[in-house]
Amino acid sequence: MTASTTAPPMIRMASVQKHFGPLHVLKDIDLEVPKGQVVVVLGPSGSGKSTLCRAINRLEPVDSGVIEVDGRPIPQEGRELARLRAEVGMVFQSFNLFAHKTILENVMLAPVKVRRQPAAEVRKSALELLERVGITNQADKYPAQLSGGQQQRAAIARALAMRPKVMLFDEPTSALDPEMVQEVLDVMTGLAADGMTMLVVTHEMGFARKAASRVVFMSEGEIVEDSTPEAFFTAPKSTRAKDFLGKILTH
Amino acid sequence: MGVLTDNLPLFLGGFRTTVLLFAVAAVASLVFGTILAMLRVSPVPILRGLGTLYVTVVRNTPLTLVFLFFIFAYPLLEIVKLSYFTGAVVALSVYTSAFVCEVVRSGINTVPVGQAEAARALGLNFGQILGSVVLPQAIRAVAPPMMSTLIALLKNSTIAAGFSVAEAGAIRQVLSEKGENQLLALIWVAVGFILLVMVLTLVQRALEKRWSRAR
Ligand SMILES: Nc1ncnc2c1ncn2[C@@H]1O[C@H](COP(=O)(O)OP(=O)(O)OP(=O)(O)O)[C@@H](O)[C@H]1O
Ligand SMILES: [Mg+2]
Repeated sequence: MTASTTAPPMIRMASVQKHFGPLHVLKDIDLEVPKGQVVVVLGPSGSGKSTLCRAINRLEPVDSGVIEVDGRPIPQEGRELARLRAEVGMVFQSFNLFAHKTILENVMLAPVKVRRQPAAEVRKSALELLERVGITNQADKYPAQLSGGQQQRAAIARALAMRPKVMLFDEPTSALDPEMVQEVLDVMTGLAADGMTMLVVTHEMGFARKAASRVVFMSEGEIVEDSTPEAFFTAPKSTRAKDFLGKILTH
Repeated sequence: MGVLTDNLPLFLGGFRTTVLLFAVAAVASLVFGTILAMLRVSPVPILRGLGTLYVTVVRNTPLTLVFLFFIFAYPLLEIVKLSYFTGAVVALSVYTSAFVCEVVRSGINTVPVGQAEAARALGLNFGQILGSVVLPQAIRAVAPPMMSTLIALLKNSTIAAGFSVAEAGAIRQVLSEKGENQLLALIWVAVGFILLVMVLTLVQRALEKRWSRAR
């Protein structure tokens, strides 16, 4: 805890505002994610969770406010922004693996193209990452030949290949068949245990309880609660969070 | 059969020129058309405007007019002197690349936005995203219409006969001067083109088969 007072947080958002036309999707967002923490973002559909997540690597530019990654404000579009994105891993709900490349090529692409590392070296660490997520035997297949769970694990390996400082997950298990959810969560839990800083949008309460340092609850573009998983699940303060939990838990 | 066998060198020479004209113009059109498509999806408004202007102007100009320009008007500008053959290659490439551009662009539109987004999130720049992620998928998606464009190019190349290029389209004229049966001569020329189109179709099938796994 003493270290966190000197080191900058991995992610800092202050007074962030974002509109989509007339729709106010991020309302004065303040959020800090210290290094090594796993923050789970919960909230009803349309509450702005994805937008919050995508604002951090500027896939979605915001209207105003401060967003910093590891103490540096995120740059405008250009080379500097690409460099920042290379340090921020992102995992999407729909995997978004490159359809025309094999799994191994997917994992190797960015280190070779962006970091210009030698292919032989990249290949070696890519195979290690595939082993870490448990799909070494799928290396030479195309994404369409894999199950959803395997594709999402490949997508995690692809993001890790850039050795990111922080990982963003936007509903990584929502597109999966129920029997495949756990294998992806296991990989994520492992990452968390290794000390990776993570921001995870998810509806998986089990993961939130087990792996999260904090739970952030969003509703209608606002952060309504920010507490420990224990406190959030047993004693939510706001009525909106109580309603949300009531709906989720009866499902 | 007589017309063909008696004049085999003429037929072979004509089709050789046709294939050469086609091959050079096809490569040039594919390259230039793809560059135009990149302009048309670029985030820079001026580049987008240039791409759109080119396609609009060229697609709405008859091919014969493009030929007339490069064979008769362009030399008046006294830039680089072009042979008839080169002039024909340039005219065909300038014309065909506008169509290639539109085919590639329609292919780009079939690539889900998530693909480019994932590439952006990994730190790839605009050129890398297009070159490594979007274009390869776009081109796989448009193999059939792209081949139609190339088949049109092959057939359009016969216009060069009217501009002193001795390609297959010029065979009939030579034979008519020799007093041969023009109907038979034309039928053999048509057979030659059908064979060439069949080759292109086979290439298309092979590519589609090879790419089917990856989509
Ligand atoms: N590109 C866009 N253009 C216009 N409106 C958008 C756009 N993206 C999102 N929105 C709107 O912004 C609001 C917040 O969207 P966001 O995707 O951040 O919500 P979410 O909390 O992730 O929801 P979900 O749980 O459904 O994924 C929604 O009302 C959505 O319709
Ligand atoms: Mg969302």
